[in-house]
Amino acid sequence: MLSIKNLQASVEGKPILKGIDLEVKAGEVHAIMGPNGSGKSTLANVLAGRDGYEVTGGSVTYQGKDLLALKPEERAREGVFLAFQYPVEVPGVSNIYLLKAALNAIRKHRGLSELDAMDFLTLVRERLKLVEMKEEFLYRAVNEGFSGGEKKRNEILQMAILEPALALLDETDSGLDIDALKIVANGVNALRSPERAMIVVTHYQRLLNYIVPDRVHVLAHGKIVKSGDKSLALELEKQGYAWVTEDAPRASA
Amino acid sequence: MTAPVSDSRPLYLDAINAQRAALPGQTVPAIRTLREEGQARFAELGFPTARLEDWKYTNVSAIAGQLFKPVNGALATVSSEQLHSHLFADLPAHRLVFVNGRHAPALSSVGKLPAGVIVGSLAEILATRPNIVEPHLGKIAPTGTNGFTALNAALFADGACVHLARGAVAEQPIYIVYVSTGDTDSVMTTPRNLVVLEESAQATVIEQYLALDDARYLTNVVTEAALGANSRLEQYRLQQESTKSYHIGTWYVRQARDSRFISHTVDLGGLLARNDLHDILGAEGAECEFNGLYVVDGRSHVDNHTCVDHAKPRGTSREYYKGVLDGMARAVFNGRVVVHPDAQQTDAQQMNNNLLLSRNAEVDTKPQLEIYADDVKCSHGATVGQLDTDALFYLRSRAVDEQTARDLLTYAFANDVLSRMKLAAIRLPLEQRLTTRLLRGRSLNELELI
Repeated sequence: MLSIKNLQASVEGKPILKGIDLEVKAGEVHAIMGPNGSGKSTLANVLAGRDGYEVTGGSVTYQGKDLLALKPEERAREGVFLAFQYPVEVPGVSNIYLLKAALNAIRKHRGLSELDAMDFLTLVRERLKLVEMKEEFLYRAVNEGFSGGEKKRNEILQMAILEPALALLDETDSGLDIDALKIVANGVNALRSPERAMIVVTHYQRLLNYIVPDRVHVLAHGKIVKSGDKSLALELEKQGYAWVTEDAPRASA
Repeated sequence: MTAPVSDSRPLYLDAINAQRAALPGQTVPAIRTLREEGQARFAELGFPTARLEDWKYTNVSAIAGQLFKPVNGALATVSSEQLHSHLFADLPAHRLVFVNGRHAPALSSVGKLPAGVIVGSLAEILATRPNIVEPHLGKIAPTGTNGFTALNAALFADGACVHLARGAVAEQPIYIVYVSTGDTDSVMTTPRNLVVLEESAQATVIEQYLALDDARYLTNVVTEAALGANSRLEQYRLQQESTKSYHIGTWYVRQARDSRFISHTVDLGGLLARNDLHDILGAEGAECEFNGLYVVDGRSHVDNHTCVDHAKPRGTSREYYKGVLDGMARAVFNGRVVVHPDAQQTDAQQMNNNLLLSRNAEVDTKPQLEIYADDVKCSHGATVGQLDTDALFYLRSRAVDEQTARDLLTYAFANDVLSRMKLAAIRLPLEQRLTTRLLRGRSLNELELI
């Protein structure tokens, strides 16, 4: 589904990603771990198409298409979804308006008709249960005045409604207490399917107790320095990042 | 169009002399004096120039350079069908309609008024009950703050007069409509409105300025409002003049103890609009809230000057103005707050946010705080900027195309001001207008879910 080859990217002229290679198949959940500043969030943002992240080399092929050539909205319509590390407040635009606009844009792209108001509400109500959110959240401005946990749940709600083929979860666990973390993880797990791939970016192993990955990659200094199965995350928890990252400067030299 | 002249003052003074005898209320001594003062002050001041600090960014030489003939009495005929689509149709209200500055009884509909409430045209009330008008008119607004207010004092012939006796409550809003139509090129109207609320009275007053055709005229309006102790006035002011017109509006409000004044000012039209809103919190515990929105494009110019005079202790003022500018439009915001030595425990907040949609649009925003008391809370903020790039990316990452995302954020920015309006019968049609203007006619049906 996703093939990343030698991806290099800079932010404000500073190289952050220095040659990432990653293959993700449908149905797989990959965890990207790494210390602060290793480039984890940069990778997620580059894949979603955020301005200010300049791709300086390499390629990303998604479902046979050159992902990097697509605008952010085109990527979203093709089934890429980024759950933000810091979900943005959008005063004056209601949650439900955004959900409906997003869902209909995606359906239109797929050649489907727009959902009518009743079917849409039925779908939204059902997905609200998944992330244990009250209906009143729908009528509030997007993320405005939401607590940290509510913002993250709202991201998962959007994901549940938009049903992406490739979900990128950028530090979805940051700032969550254990109860909120469980709710978010349950939401994510409910969305695992053989057609869907997920890339879970996290600093801590804790999230991976709840969202169990098929593969774990450690990112350091802009490169993947180690890959393994879920036991790698446990090993990292025990030994710390120094265990894998101390070789990295030599590797890139 | 009349040929430009270097000083139009003599032309205006001639026009005043020619009209004076025919103006209503000339037999009322206080009214006659007010007009004479106005004429004398105008002779002295003429129109403001950019040399005056208050008019530095708003050039009215296009007005000063010719005679806009004062209209007095010549009524164009307007049918209620013509007017209908311009009005807030779903608004149950006591409606007074003025065509080219003069009361049009056939288009007005003032229903049965509650006890203690008087609503009528100023000319009519001056003729029948001058004692309602005499103690207030020209007493709240100084006659000659500038050439425009002086000219209005010299020439006003009609306007709305609203008077609520002690404890009276006007449940239905009072809806004042100023319509410009017909051969109004180079014509000036000088409406004068008076709103008096005695102790504990409550009213909502709507002023709407609109044009039925695209003429080049001047509206020079002065509204005076006196709020008695514990009274409450909510005012809506909607400027939808023609795209070639000039609108100069001056509002003077004086508030007594524990009174509350809320103002909603919306500028959607006009080639040049200048609003002066001056509120004197003249007794303890008075509160005011000003909400303003201007949406300007083309070569239009909108200038909002506000001034809150905190004269006595424990006054509260809130100002919240937002502007959206496109094309080569220009906007000015000048928010003056004066806290007098007596006015301890004043709480004043002011905010002006502007969104520039084009490189050629320009905003001059200036807070002006003058604080002479020591125990006060005063804050102000002003921003001039573009759309939030994070919000833009967020919407795009949710499959919304870039143009729609931009329009949606612009709409949300502006609609924030409208959302403060309590009257849905005004808010919803204005939202609809904003949709047409900022969402390029795209449907916001989804919002009906809210």
